[in-house]
Amino acid sequence: MTTEKNENNSNSSAPFNKIFKRDAVRAQMEVKNWQEAVQIAGQLLVDTGSIESRYVEAMARVVHDIGPYAVIAPGIVFLHARPEDGVNELCFGLVTLATPVPFGHSQNDPVDLVFVIGAKDKNSHIQALQSLAGLLSDTPSLEKLRAGQKDDEVFAVIQSWGDNHR
Amino acid sequence: MIIATLCGMGFGTSMMLKLFIDDILKAEKIKAETLPWDLGSFKGQKADIVVAASDMAMHLKNVDSIVVLIRNLVDKQEIKEKILAAIQEFQQKSK
Repeated sequence: MTTEKNENNSNSSAPFNKIFKRDAVRAQMEVKNWQEAVQIAGQLLVDTGSIESRYVEAMARVVHDIGPYAVIAPGIVFLHARPEDGVNELCFGLVTLATPVPFGHSQNDPVDLVFVIGAKDKNSHIQALQSLAGLLSDTPSLEKLRAGQKDDEVFAVIQSWGDNHR
Repeated sequence: MIIATLCGMGFGTSMMLKLFIDDILKAEKIKAETLPWDLGSFKGQKADIVVAASDMAMHLKNVDSIVVLIRNLVDKQEIKEKILAAIQEFQQKSK
């Protein structure tokens, strides 16, 4: 009898590092405020075809309504909206900011790691989210994400974590 | 023992937190039922311990459970330390 592996569940069969496309990762961007951070990070995933432009607007509305809740750890925000707001495929994006900006959280501001999450339903992204959480809970990896000066460097940190932690 | 998780950011982070806690319970061989609560519908449900994102504190003022507040939802160390302390507190209370 084979042990059930996480990768064998329907939509989430792609390991989390493959859900990040190279074009959905940008390093050391400068933004004026959280609105601009949402726009820039969201646009990356519109350009890859993973989400519709209206999903970016939806994410901005979510931040406006519940903003602080999305800053799930010091300096880290998980931008997201609902699947019906315009998600074409399960996707993750990341923009690291040269200058952190506040999103309104009482303890975890300001933010320099802006993640975008697009899920097509309530469940298929949970495994990938767990893996992402594993990366973010590893201090050396977190430091490398923040230190990466070039898009490729940041992308490599994500890839190597995923490859080493299946 | 019932442990509920509550986060403000939709259901995904509550579920993620629940799965972290399941791993911890398994490693420590502690038996408990873990439930991800949804922000919209948790009032009226009961749990012995509620693990919540720190900014959810105001929603849990009148809740009759041991409340654990987590600042960093991806920090396994913080979650592990706080949940084990809460479980110990619960087990003391039940004696």
